[in-house]
Amino acid sequence: MLLLFLAALSITSCKDKQEDEVIVYNKNPEAQLNTDSATQTKIITEMPATFGIGRKATNAEIKAWDIDVRADGKGLPYGSGNATEGKVIFTQKCAACHGKEGEGGAYARLVGAMGDTVKAKTIGNYWPWSTTLFDYIRRTMPYNMPGSLKDDEVYSLTAYLLYRNKIIDSTKNIDAKSLPKVVMPARQYYVDDDRRGGPEVR
Amino acid sequence: MERPKEEKEYSFNDSKKINRRLLLGSVAASAVIALVKTTTGQLVPAAVPKPVSVPADPTKLQGPPPGTLGTRSPFEQLAKKTSDTSSRTPLQSLYGIITPSDLHFERHHGGVPVIDPTTYKLVIHGMVKKPMTFTLNDLKRFPSVSRIAFLECSGNFRSGKQEMTPQEICGLTSQSEWTGVMLSTLFREVGASPKATWFLAEGSDASVMTRSIPMGKGWNDAMIAYGQNGEALRPQQGYPARLFLPGWEGNTNVKWIRRIEVSDQPFMTREETSKYTENIKDGKIRQFSFDMDARSIITFPAYPVQLDKGWVEIKGLAWSGRGKILKVEVSVDAGKKWYPTTLQEPVLDKAHTRFRFLWKWNGHETEIMSRAIDETGYRQPTLQQLTDARGADMGGYHLNPITAWIIKRDGSVLFKPEKWK
Ligand code: HEC
Repeated sequence: MLLLFLAALSITSCKDKQEDEVIVYNKNPEAQLNTDSATQTKIITEMPATFGIGRKATNAEIKAWDIDVRADGKGLPYGSGNATEGKVIFTQKCAACHGKEGEGGAYARLVGAMGDTVKAKTIGNYWPWSTTLFDYIRRTMPYNMPGSLKDDEVYSLTAYLLYRNKIIDSTKNIDAKSLPKVVMPARQYYVDDDRRGGPEVR
Repeated sequence: MERPKEEKEYSFNDSKKINRRLLLGSVAASAVIALVKTTTGQLVPAAVPKPVSVPADPTKLQGPPPGTLGTRSPFEQLAKKTSDTSSRTPLQSLYGIITPSDLHFERHHGGVPVIDPTTYKLVIHGMVKKPMTFTLNDLKRFPSVSRIAFLECSGNFRSGKQEMTPQEICGLTSQSEWTGVMLSTLFREVGASPKATWFLAEGSDASVMTRSIPMGKGWNDAMIAYGQNGEALRPQQGYPARLFLPGWEGNTNVKWIRRIEVSDQPFMTREETSKYTENIKDGKIRQFSFDMDARSIITFPAYPVQLDKGWVEIKGLAWSGRGKILKVEVSVDAGKKWYPTTLQEPVLDKAHTRFRFLWKWNGHETEIMSRAIDETGYRQPTLQQLTDARGADMGGYHLNPITAWIIKRDGSVLFKPEKWK
């Protein structure tokens, strides 16, 4: 029994030193070390830079989910559309909830040009970026079939709603190049949060 | 089960009615709550109220054996108040500072998705050295942290009539102990670029919710949470994993998180432009108003309580998204004099904090109210102060005004609604 044990010990001691090493993390290494002599303890005082947990994301899985469109147009897909085609799709897929021409119904009013008497916040009087329209419609509309539209359809719907809000004219072609250049009337009113805590109410 | 002869039956169909009945001590027999036996022999309230046996003397009857899950007493009829787009925490019915997970408020834009934890993954990409995918198990293998903090929707203010409860006025705030991995740990794992300034957080619900968040918050105290009050997140709170940003408006705490894209500019998503922005003075629109300012509300006495003359312990909650609550003051004379209240420990950073104040009500009509002061020196404003600061077109987000309750001579307590538009 004893012999066996000694033999085992000598075998392990022949192996690579590092395998015997116990590595622990402790912010203050002096704190509580109560080890037996045989094992070496290496105390890391800085969190390891990486833990080696997780795996590299594949291009395919990133591509499948990376649907966002940034304000500068990054992320806009290939394709195009215009208001005339958009009107047809809107009538079929959107009008039931948002009104015949986007004037509102069971759900949000989408149309109201800057300066109109419309009280509701709309694409025309409140939305600061045209790209948001494409991103949002593609992402989650129509509400009853989210994410079901083709990119060309989304371009056309975007064009239609921009046209209805008197931001572009009915013939304008909307694609990855032209959409980010459409300046929204409300953009100039946007300011960053200026509340900072402290005694002042803002 | 044998029904003892002198059992009493209570109606739970109308909680107001039953409360009054319980108070009066007179009980009428009508429809009552059912306790049904599960296959494990455990008694649980049935979905539809049916009779529950209340023995005349519980010491003379063996109760049900231990069960696999605890239940709320059938006498405690707690419920969230739902609307089409949200459901609200019954602040007036709760004790302490933790919101029971099933009473945590809900606000979502595409319903509650069902996500299989075994196939769940979080992808982090963009301005990183190594784009990575983490499974739920991966997330749980990283060093974990727990912290108690509130979560409040920035649209958490309702007014309009006297018959409103704390739940109806500001029930879109709740508090949990959240457990998860610091986002900074994951940022280091993927090698997030020091040049990055914003990241996009995206959920996997039908709205594919997206918000842009400054990297500073991500490095500082953001968490990917998978635990809530000792168990896995509730589906309504983002199961199996969500972004948690202590002190920041609820919507930024993206639930069911599936993707983080590291970037050098905000994405200008719909929820940070068309929504969750507010009109302020001079026609300006305020954007990226993340922090929840300090607020408090008296949750007792509050509508629909019937107050008795004599000693009253005024109780309520105070919280600030900017740090700890320093003090809470109470007025019992419509805001003329203000008194300090007792804060119940623990007083935590960015957390609901309990305050209490003992007061002897003499039976005269009066107004009571509370105001929170946080460690930045911010003092909860009146609605008038908010309108003065933000203008007549003030938007509906980030409204945290002092809430007043009117106490009538007959002991009825009513909310004091204020006009602002
Ligand atoms: C079944 C009803 C329904 C249909 C159909 C529908 N929507 Fe919507 N839409 C909604 C609801 C509900 C919201 C608000 C969602 C929210 O805030 O979470 C909304 C919001 C929007 C908004 C944002 C409004 C704002 O001011 O922020 C736009 C833009 C929009 N829809 C466009 C469309 C388009 C384009 C279609 C057709 C492809 C469409 N919707 C079809 C119900 C619908």
